Amino acid sequence: MNGLLNFIRRLGAMAVEGVWRIGFAARFFMLLLRHSGQSLTRIHLTVREIYFSGVLSLLIIVVSGLFVGMVLGLQGYETLQRYGSGDALGVLVSLSLTRELGPVVAGLLFASRAGLAVTAEIGLMKTTEQLDAMDMMAVNPIARVVAPRFWGGVISMPLLAALFSAMGVFGGWLIGVVFIGVDDGAFWSQMQAAVDFRFDIMNGVIKSFVFGATVALIAVFEGYDCTPTAEGLSRAITRTVVTSALAILALDFVLTSLMFRGQS
Amino acid sequence: MVSETDNLLVSLKDVRFAYGEREILRGVNLKVPRGKVVAIMGGSGCGKTTLLRLIGGQLRATAGTVEVAGRNVSSLDTAELYEMRRRMGMLFQFGALFTDMSVFDNVAFPLREHTDLPFGLIRDMVLMKLNAVGLRGAADLMPAELSGGMARRVALARAIALDPMLIMYDEPFAGLDPISLGVIGQLIRKLNDALGATTIMVTHDIMESLQIVDYIYFVSEGGIVAEGTPDELRASKDPWVYQFIHAEPDGPVPFHYPAEALDECLIGGRAA
Repeated sequence: MNGLLNFIRRLGAMAVEGVWRIGFAARFFMLLLRHSGQSLTRIHLTVREIYFSGVLSLLIIVVSGLFVGMVLGLQGYETLQRYGSGDALGVLVSLSLTRELGPVVAGLLFASRAGLAVTAEIGLMKTTEQLDAMDMMAVNPIARVVAPRFWGGVISMPLLAALFSAMGVFGGWLIGVVFIGVDDGAFWSQMQAAVDFRFDIMNGVIKSFVFGATVALIAVFEGYDCTPTAEGLSRAITRTVVTSALAILALDFVLTSLMFRGQS
Repeated sequence: MVSETDNLLVSLKDVRFAYGEREILRGVNLKVPRGKVVAIMGGSGCGKTTLLRLIGGQLRATAGTVEVAGRNVSSLDTAELYEMRRRMGMLFQFGALFTDMSVFDNVAFPLREHTDLPFGLIRDMVLMKLNAVGLRGAADLMPAELSGGMARRVALARAIALDPMLIMYDEPFAGLDPISLGVIGQLIRKLNDALGATTIMVTHDIMESLQIVDYIYFVSEGGIVAEGTPDELRASKDPWVYQFIHAEPDGPVPFHYPAEALDECLIGGRAA
């Protein structure tokens, strides 16, 4: 009986803690928006973070995009040729990438590369009292440290997702056209005919923008909120990766159901 | 000394503070006159750093008043608090230098954030501050390339960058070799006098402090248990002061954390 009560008590405590954290994160987000002016007026702060979050993630995005596209080319051709539609490989690769894989996989990679780095950096600044020092110098750490990193992530992510999709299409072309022998003209012309700019490309961009904002918010919040110890920092980094991955997948379902519902 | 109430820069009256249920300070009264170097001493975890954070406005007292330059810190809004902090400098225990910036940029940081001075003037001011702490030649180094003592001196240069009225030090001597310790101690005194500032220093180092400070407060069990000038404290028979100055392991500050009697918690004792 005691064990059951303890279990219920722990469950209740976890629920309260969860609600409290969501509330704190919402309040933190509002503060972040309120103090975002400096990220625009002192644009070099944001540009620096675009470099760290975006440019330094280029390698992993480019290489991953290429391989994902190549795998799509192989698997897609294998399936399409059974129905005599091997020439539609370009359509399959491009739609898969622009609608789903581009934003989602780029988002997951972005969370594990840039999101993790942002959490670690802000968390370490907190652990070593750098944020406190800044605050004591009458410099708001949310405006000076957090907001530029958030906006750097928001701006970088759609660009990285677009690059991921472009490299994926190139990978699919490489396998389909160069190695398997799908007709080059059919590959590109069918893709051009089937992919709609507003419906497919823009929805993909909106998705990647939402994922970027989500990952960036989780990353800066976890870093800012971490317990200032080695263990606390380690937990914050883990939470960033896990929460970001789950949030991306859940949001992808929600956005897909809103954007592509009832479309053929 | 502390009777000069009309010349006080910092004044704490019946200040209470708790972290959740755990009450750290229970009615602290403390006065810091302008131009003086005052040390706050006490055992680990007694609330010394909490006092600094209350004065700096990073924490708010649950009761009582914390006044700095005649203004109640607890009643200030964020803008007013930041305005006040521009006239404060704080040196954290391990310097808290920004690790992605050079020594020069660390010291220039408050100047760049709060002034529109041209680059040349900022450069000259930074080099003068670094010269004051003997590290002008280290301007281009990164924090990772500095020793503990050098990092503390750079942090000191950064703390005085805006010529503050109040400089606060949190354990400035922790982890320093004797030479660095002496250098930092002398710098604290000289800079305070040269800038016409007021200094509050939280420290464990009684010997160094007795040489450089004007007044000392001992904190224990949530309140001030002893106070006086260095000469008064050297001659004091107060058990708190005696234990601290002579580094006695047991006394008013107990060696043992509160627990049940040893023979009651040993298995052999229970069996008998």
